[in-house]
Amino acid sequence: MTFAVALGLLFFLMRAAPGDPLFRLSADRPISPQEIKVLRARYGLDRPVGEQLGAFVGGLLRGDLGVSIEHGRPVTALLAERLPATMLLGGSVLLLNFTLGLWLGVRQAVRHGRREDRWLTTASLTGYAMPSFWLGLVLAWLVGVEWRLLPAAGMQDPLMDADAGWLARVGDILRHLILPTATMSIVSIAATMRYQRAAMLEVLRLPYIVTARSKGLSERLVTWRHGWRNALFPVITLFGLWLPILVSGSVFVEAVFAWPGLGSLAANAVGSRDYPLLMGASLLVAALVVVAGFLTDVAYALLDPRVRLG
Amino acid sequence: MTASLDILRGAWRNPRGRTGALILLIVALAALVGPVLLPDPLAQPDVLGAGRPPGLGHPFGTDQLSRDVLSRVVTGGRISLAVALLAVTLSVTLGATVGVVSGYWGGVIDAALMRLVDGALAIPRLFILLLVLAVWERVPVLALILLIGATGWFATSRLVRGEVLRLREEGYVRAAEALGARRRRIIFRHLLPNALGPLLVAATLGVGDVILLEAGLSFLGLGIQPPTPSWGGMILDSREVMISAPWTGIFPGLAIVITVLSANLFGDALRDAVDPRSA
Repeated sequence: MTFAVALGLLFFLMRAAPGDPLFRLSADRPISPQEIKVLRARYGLDRPVGEQLGAFVGGLLRGDLGVSIEHGRPVTALLAERLPATMLLGGSVLLLNFTLGLWLGVRQAVRHGRREDRWLTTASLTGYAMPSFWLGLVLAWLVGVEWRLLPAAGMQDPLMDADAGWLARVGDILRHLILPTATMSIVSIAATMRYQRAAMLEVLRLPYIVTARSKGLSERLVTWRHGWRNALFPVITLFGLWLPILVSGSVFVEAVFAWPGLGSLAANAVGSRDYPLLMGASLLVAALVVVAGFLTDVAYALLDPRVRLG
Repeated sequence: MTASLDILRGAWRNPRGRTGALILLIVALAALVGPVLLPDPLAQPDVLGAGRPPGLGHPFGTDQLSRDVLSRVVTGGRISLAVALLAVTLSVTLGATVGVVSGYWGGVIDAALMRLVDGALAIPRLFILLLVLAVWERVPVLALILLIGATGWFATSRLVRGEVLRLREEGYVRAAEALGARRRRIIFRHLLPNALGPLLVAATLGVGDVILLEAGLSFLGLGIQPPTPSWGGMILDSREVMISAPWTGIFPGLAIVITVLSANLFGDALRDAVDPRSA
């Protein structure tokens, strides 16, 4: 249902926007009215809006999102080709945020109000205030160009030996992965930390924590075994919220680091005003957000016996 | 109104909130007064002065077109802040309106509006804006403000709806209804003033979000159009000269970080003042 509303909204936006998707073509070189007519017919732009919506939804159900104006290839094929790289990048950002971020959040809660807590809050908020494309450019310049420590662009070394072993290839990709992952994590880890900190603070106030302490258990056992287990729970909801942040962030970070994923595809589609491609990418993102939200609810219901799927 | 004064006072008492507010004031003042005192950012005094590193005369250096980076950062700040303030005002107003209508009227209107909000929230704001803004060859500033504002109210409307649902069951609202107070009076005298705290928080945090969003759009070429300076646009320009003249990109980025950070610090302090439990 949510997805259907999102779909309708997207279509409405596309049609209601003042302008013609084909203007870009005519901006570069003169096109005769006949040619425009042919092109309009090819993309179905000459038919009534209702029919266009029907054709669009029909195509969607068949897994057909139209043809990219820029690349001249089916949008679905382009998206499928670029998805793995984005999932690799997004996955490593998630991994980092949900290990380091959670650990730091718990630490902050345990040292609540002390210098370390305040310092970590300021540091994470500073990262949160950074535009990812700026941080990416600065890191690429500093680490990649000035210090020559890590590759500043791409996902694979183009000069790589053709018969290099798989281990060397994986290592190469990992080296390319470090800077984009670091950039995205720095600008987003604050969200996980704050959530975990707040959840942990709630739990640490509860009487059973006092009981555990008075039993003489070590602070570490109280924090992690007794406290964290219950404070991890609210953090699950974050998973659903993460997807939009990751995908939006990937548009900038992938563009800066020339990472061959969905984000850089979308950024290029913006530059060339490739409407079908932009639309397809937005639809994919909307679908992913809805699915992630649903999975979060399911996970919640499975883990908490008090919640029932309704 | 006294309630929101209390909230502001509470945020001011928080040291981090006070720091944020003070920096924000300085940034706003610089954006307001700076362009008058500094050289015209569009002026290109000498061709030989292009790409000069920070030093005397040009504290932030000059860019590849020999323009003073400091005056461009300051002028860009004026534009970024203006866009952010106008867009946030629009989205907070829209969010409050939809939230009150949805929460107070309820029923079919509520259900329809909230489904719409659910659907809109499923598409990241950036993608909505990319789709709409991409139809312009050169995006007009007014369209940018209106569209950023029009895509920022979804979460606020839910927040306000929740507040209204809670408040309308309160004794004093019930009493006002029983006394025959008109809807308008209940909404403007009882519901909205009490939802002002959360709205203030949403607006302050929204300013930071919108500055980042506008910078991102400008970086993609869909925001403020050159030669008008904007922070995101300056970073975009610096991409090509990052190796030879990194200061052209570093300073506008720092301006964004400082402004957004202080807005968020102040917003956090406001939230703590509204809801002390979250501190």
